[in-house]
Amino acid sequence: MNPEFIHSLQDLLPQIQGYIYPNEIEIHWGLLIVVYPYITGVVAGAFILASLVKVFNVREVQPLYRLSLLTALAYLLVAPMALVAHLGHPERFYEILLTPQTSSAMAMFGFVYAWYLMAVLLLEVWFVHRTDMIGWAEQEKGVMRFIHRTLALYSRDTGERAVAFDHKALKAITIVGIPSAFLLHGYVGFIFGSIKANPWWSSVLIPIVFLFSAIVSGVALVILLYMVLTPLTGGKISMRCVDKAIDFLFYAVIVDFSLELVDFIHRVYQSEEEIKILSEMVMSKLFASLIIIQVLLGMLIPLLLISLTKIFKKRVSLNEDLRKMIYFISVILIQFGIFATRWNVVIGGQMFSKSFRGLTTYKMEFGGIEGLLFAILLLALPIIILAVLMKVLPPWKEVHGEGASEGVEVAG
Amino acid sequence: MGKLFEKFPDPLARLIVVVLALFVVGVTVVVLIPKPMKAVEMQWADAVKREEARPVKYAGFHACAECHDKLYETKKKGYHRDLSCETCHGPAKAHTEDPGKTKPVIPVERTFCPQCHAYNPSRPRGFPQINPVAHNPLKPCASCHNPHDPKPPTTPKECSACHGEIARMKAVSHHVQLECTTCHEAPQQHKVSPRAIKPTKPQTREFCGKCHAKDAKDKLAKNAPKIDLAEHGEKYVCWQCHYPHSPEVEQ
Amino acid sequence: MNGRRTFLRGFFSVLLSGGAIGGILKILPSKADAREAPPKGQKWYGFGVSVDKCIGCARCMEACKSENNVPREPFFYRTWVERYITRKNGTTTVKAIEPNAEALPETTSDKSILRSFFVPKLCNQCASPPCVQVCPVGATFQTKDGVVLVNERTCIGCRYCIQACPYGARYLHPATHTADKCTFCYHRISRGLLPACVEVCPTQARIFGDLNAAASPMSRFLRMNKIHVLKPGLNTEPKVYYANLDGEVR
Repeated sequence: MNPEFIHSLQDLLPQIQGYIYPNEIEIHWGLLIVVYPYITGVVAGAFILASLVKVFNVREVQPLYRLSLLTALAYLLVAPMALVAHLGHPERFYEILLTPQTSSAMAMFGFVYAWYLMAVLLLEVWFVHRTDMIGWAEQEKGVMRFIHRTLALYSRDTGERAVAFDHKALKAITIVGIPSAFLLHGYVGFIFGSIKANPWWSSVLIPIVFLFSAIVSGVALVILLYMVLTPLTGGKISMRCVDKAIDFLFYAVIVDFSLELVDFIHRVYQSEEEIKILSEMVMSKLFASLIIIQVLLGMLIPLLLISLTKIFKKRVSLNEDLRKMIYFISVILIQFGIFATRWNVVIGGQMFSKSFRGLTTYKMEFGGIEGLLFAILLLALPIIILAVLMKVLPPWKEVHGEGASEGVEVAG
Repeated sequence: MGKLFEKFPDPLARLIVVVLALFVVGVTVVVLIPKPMKAVEMQWADAVKREEARPVKYAGFHACAECHDKLYETKKKGYHRDLSCETCHGPAKAHTEDPGKTKPVIPVERTFCPQCHAYNPSRPRGFPQINPVAHNPLKPCASCHNPHDPKPPTTPKECSACHGEIARMKAVSHHVQLECTTCHEAPQQHKVSPRAIKPTKPQTREFCGKCHAKDAKDKLAKNAPKIDLAEHGEKYVCWQCHYPHSPEVEQ
Repeated sequence: MNGRRTFLRGFFSVLLSGGAIGGILKILPSKADAREAPPKGQKWYGFGVSVDKCIGCARCMEACKSENNVPREPFFYRTWVERYITRKNGTTTVKAIEPNAEALPETTSDKSILRSFFVPKLCNQCASPPCVQVCPVGATFQTKDGVVLVNERTCIGCRYCIQACPYGARYLHPATHTADKCTFCYHRISRGLLPACVEVCPTQARIFGDLNAAASPMSRFLRMNKIHVLKPGLNTEPKVYYANLDGEVR
């Protein structure tokens, strides 16, 4: 037994308000389980953005298409790391594949994840890049040539029949992919929403709210990455693309905010037994993370800022740099807001006692596997993976582009 | 293989090959995995066996009687008849297996018995409770009470020996000067078999009226609050509103 | 030729849709969780708690930790006792009692107390256990005699079951890093002994037995008392039955 761990629990004792069941002093799902839905949320959101191009033919956001796919892939690869690291016995993770319990949302999620990764995301990435990889491989030597040849599964066929099949397959996969992305993150919401023991989580709305906040975070993150990476790779930001993407983000934030508002009103109006302890928790333990960060900084201020750019666009033409700055601030605030949303759901759900008579505290560690340091590493890792993916599959260097991307000039 | 590439477009054919390869690998892995690892019922049966095989630490109610039969007979008749020996003496399975080697603990400290018998307002009514600081200080409990037949050395004169909560509540109420026997008749037998023989309780409004009616004659009740017995409290008996052991109306 | 194709098409679509429906049925809560009528002679264990008899001595908490090697620190309990105090001003405070607490003796009556009592708590060994429903690897399961156990060899320590338990009965064992909880002392009851907590209770506030037995302390308990369970609205069908349970108890 870890004496440090016992010590940390002892430190929590004086922080308990009211009465909690004795076993509830340990908060079981900590920072790693906050990071996890944030990461899968970005996956779903980035993929939905990509689907806008393919299925709904929104040509303005074409430059974001490949970037969103790669972002989704990078984040999807990191997601299970957070989960496995959190387990009491990470070395036994395979049990979930060998003897899955079909009534368990967590077990079934493993298969949804595998389906989404293999049948949707990897396939889509492959089909998008196949002809380009063939083209690049022809002009390269050494390691890169080997990588591209292998990734293309040694295909060399760029004939009509093959390319036509590529397009058909892409369309089909994206159509299947949209409900799959919904299922992926909706399932994460269901994992929480199906726990009848916990009234903070147990709600029909939780999977929906999770999904829409995922879309918000994914779209915002891809915009952020686009605005940062395009200049870094020697390109020029297409404001037409960014404006359109911000449009979608704006509507997504409005829907997300409305859903959360509806949930709030519903709870307060129905005023069930748990409302007293939940209000106490929101106003004391969660005040900073919920009222300030999630609502004010994460939703209201970005909404206000983006509305300003829309209102003033007609009357005074805002200079491009100012607009870029406003967008940039908004998407960053949104990231903090959505992360805070995940925190409030996961940690908030464990800070009140199921006896409805007391509150406890979550003490975040700095080091160790549940610590801040490791969480930051996990959040940075997808960016690193994305960098690698962008090196191997550069998003703006199409050999046979799917319609010349408007306004993206690639230097060199 | 060539036929595959003729029939299907190139990308599809390659993907089919990959999928088939993964499928073959998957099936091989699943087949090669030993049954206990994939059959959850086998794992459950195994877990049940392991759970059943855990060592027992408490011997049980009857185990002590095999050797300590006289003590067991004594205990069977006294107030502690419902207690297991191990309630006080702790886990004794090891002792039953090798009586010479390990002996159960015999608690003699004054801090032990108050774990059950110290006064606590949350304890049920009628459970014998004492103030461990004031009750025969410094003397070991066992010097007056045989733990296996713990009747008090002298029959308690005061009802408060068992009815601690009621006594303490009455002591800070307006009825402090009333003896328990003012309202309750307790046959001597009640102190010996408390659950079998119960004290009496008043049955009528007139009983309380002896002190509280407007025309009460009792000299002791000179300063007691008086009410009109015919009108006060409609059809109810007095104790349906006034708790007799704390009858104050004001908060 | 066409006839064969039509047949094959029809056959495979039926197979596919049948498989899909079957798959959906499989993920619904397993029928095996909710029991209807067990076969004759099959034991079905239950527990009875008489709130009015509990004196809050904590012998049960001590015995359980000794018998089952539960860590001694006050953060891990298979069973515990709560003390409720309802005051005249309508407030109720609750505290979990500590064994061997060196409390100052209370000498005078606290006039503000309206009702006060002790409530023993433990795993309710629900007939429809939400913890079993959510375990991703099938490590926690219900035995044929109605006891919910944890297989510590396959438990991966995901803590989903701990989140799903409405009663706070589960904890993560700090040494094995697997979920742990009251097992009704399965190793004792399978040898005909009583669970340790029932064994040492001085006032018979805790009763254990086979719910299917016609004549037993358990059957008398269920006959003579008005019976409550904790959080009945959650439909977990607990098998720990409380007599004289106050409405303030959660």
